[in-house]
Amino acid sequence: MAIKITMPALSPTMEKGTLAKWLVKEGDSIESGDVIAEIETDKATMEVEAVDEGVIAKIVVAEGTDDVPVGELIAIVAEEGEDPKNIDADSSSDDKASDKKEEKIPSSTKEDPDEQETTFAGAVHSSENLLDPEIPEGTNMVKLTVREALRDAMAEEMRKDGDVFVMGEEVAEYQGAYKVTQGLLQEFGSERVIDTPITEHGFAGLGAGAAFAGLKPVIEFMTFNFAMQAIDHIINSAAKTRYMSGGLVSCPIVFRGPNGAASRVGAQHSQNYASWYANVPGLKVIAPYDAADCKGLLKAAIRDPNPVVFLENELMYGESFEVPELDDYVLPIGKARIYREGSDVTIVSYSITVGEALKAADMLAEEGISAEVIDLRTIRPLDIETVIESVKKTNRCVVAEEGWPQCSVASDVSAQLMEKAFDWLDAPVTRVNSADVPLPYANNLEKAAVVDAKDIVKAAKAVCYAD
Amino acid sequence: MTTKKTTKKPAASSRRRNSGPALYEASNDELVEFYRQMLLIRRFEEKAGQMYGMGLIGGFCHLYIGQEAVVVGIQTALKEGDSVITGYREHGHMIAAGSDPKGVMAELTGRSGGCSRGKGGSMHMFDPERGFYGGHGIVGAQVSLGTGLAFAAKYRKSDNVAVAYFGDGAANQGQVYESFNMARIWNLPVVYIIENNQYAMGTSVSRSSSQIELHRRGESFKIPGKQVDGMNVLEVRAAMDEAVEHCRKGEGPFILEMKTYRYRGHSMSDPAKYRSKEEVQKMRAEHDAIDQVKQRILDAGIMDEAALKDIDKEVKAIVADAATFATESPEPELSELYTDVLA
Repeated sequence: MAIKITMPALSPTMEKGTLAKWLVKEGDSIESGDVIAEIETDKATMEVEAVDEGVIAKIVVAEGTDDVPVGELIAIVAEEGEDPKNIDADSSSDDKASDKKEEKIPSSTKEDPDEQETTFAGAVHSSENLLDPEIPEGTNMVKLTVREALRDAMAEEMRKDGDVFVMGEEVAEYQGAYKVTQGLLQEFGSERVIDTPITEHGFAGLGAGAAFAGLKPVIEFMTFNFAMQAIDHIINSAAKTRYMSGGLVSCPIVFRGPNGAASRVGAQHSQNYASWYANVPGLKVIAPYDAADCKGLLKAAIRDPNPVVFLENELMYGESFEVPELDDYVLPIGKARIYREGSDVTIVSYSITVGEALKAADMLAEEGISAEVIDLRTIRPLDIETVIESVKKTNRCVVAEEGWPQCSVASDVSAQLMEKAFDWLDAPVTRVNSADVPLPYANNLEKAAVVDAKDIVKAAKAVCYAD
Repeated sequence: MTTKKTTKKPAASSRRRNSGPALYEASNDELVEFYRQMLLIRRFEEKAGQMYGMGLIGGFCHLYIGQEAVVVGIQTALKEGDSVITGYREHGHMIAAGSDPKGVMAELTGRSGGCSRGKGGSMHMFDPERGFYGGHGIVGAQVSLGTGLAFAAKYRKSDNVAVAYFGDGAANQGQVYESFNMARIWNLPVVYIIENNQYAMGTSVSRSSSQIELHRRGESFKIPGKQVDGMNVLEVRAAMDEAVEHCRKGEGPFILEMKTYRYRGHSMSDPAKYRSKEEVQKMRAEHDAIDQVKQRILDAGIMDEAALKDIDKEVKAIVADAATFATESPEPELSELYTDVLA
């Protein structure tokens, strides 16, 4: 059967081109790989190679023809055993693939509005069935620092599952740059608690590869500021591979470490990355505040079959909180927590700023304003339902976050409330963010840049029209 | 498959001839199988190029034509449980790993029958059951990831190895050296295969690299390296056997620089003006990997032209079936848009 050669597409964007030159003539024998023509595309002059072997029976489009559409018949090749002279453009059999072309390349435009709606609905996260575990009556509560709670979470999961290992700079012999991994080397040995060279890009990728192979790495970044060197692996390798592989390859990995401003370490060591990672489908992003949540959520993160970015805060490591003394305290990822109930205004926050929100609530109470404080705990998937339920009660909302305002978590919460709770709002949702500058070093300037309780009080009073 | 002689020669040992490079002593069956696999990859890629031209394949499409001996020589040296990872020029690696050409071609056309159900595309294909972990689009990323696969093999105390392929272009990425360092510190069982096809897109090795002997790039990390004629499948296989043995014995990573050549442009839209037609023609005429094996088969009287033609036909039929499948398989359901984001 004769083979049709059609005008090829030679770039992702080419629609037509000039058939600049034929390098074969009718009657020539060709083999696969032979260059048969030159075509000028929108970008360059390209050579066209033969794929099949045979004899050029007919050249349909002459050289020098401009604007030949992709897919148009340009030549016909006679296969072995065929007489090239007996072939014309009409009688040659259609190549199956080209025949199907018209119907088989539907455009990707979304034409069916119903289908669009169903697909968008698929993206909604529901926290309805996510419940914190019951803490039985009489459970002993122990005071633990955030640092100890995080360490205990890792140790418990490592005891339970031999595939869990911890890797990072100074995690083993030094006992952790911030002592979070204290004692792990002694208990689990150097095969499971691994000091790396200073090589974030490399060990983030190594961790992701080990996770592809089924291990459950906990990768510690000394701070998330250094993870910018590794962000390609967090996003392109860890977050996207399940999707790109149609579900064949998983990446059960935790990237953890301190995030956000510490104390007077300057601009390059003081950034909050929550909104960066929260932007990425395929990741879960957790940023807890107190020790109990740190423990319960880090255990959940290690067990989760997805890549999890777990954002801690250096200033919180030494803070103590009550933690239930339970064998296996695991919290649901994707569930916010109402940290303090109130009726006049909702203050939404996460990580260290929850502490400022609680202080603000105390200050507001003195002025007769009852504030409800919500700790998001998980940033992705975001539990907007809990926030909406609160706003239905208070009709006012302030979102407080230690981090820059533009495209922040606060921006997203605010946008979602506008879309989903507009009719319940009595005042504009107000964001309280850090100053929109690289964090300064000078003590007074740093204090002025970072969100504190007074900023939150001011915003809360404004939305309550209480000034 | 028709073979005149099927007696198996002693397996897998390599020998040196007159201080020349070691060549793998392939049995007749193995030689014919090398031929068949390389031909399958070439015909597959030619068909992919054609289908791209017909608008059936979108986006970027990087063909492996010319480099077939590398992947066939490497893959046949591996065993169950070994893992492989590479960059975006990976159609041939999927096929060599044993993946169904239909699934590979249907992934290229973005159909539901594709190996990633149409969600990965040319640069993102995976077959973990066969130890193939992609298929990665970011140049150099697979080197760190592959080092992680080797880490997992060692962590599990297996004698499996990981193979991380990358090109001469990726050889200049920083994470390659971060990975070399860790692989050597921890003696991870990873073979780094540098597929040096001499052009990183349009930039030749001599313009991009201060040390163009890429197999020596591990010297600072005390990783042994070896340069190999990547157009000769027997030399590739012999070198790989040596590297794999080194890894399985727990002696750490090994670098093999494969001197190879891609006949086509970097991607489908590359006019390849950075090299002369004569250069390409010379490689095709004098060093073609498939021609070399074909000649060996004929010279040794293992098969005649007619029997080889039967293999050609068999391969062509597989590719034609793959193309038909890839054009007839429907596009993914719209509901697939939101699946596989999270487990």
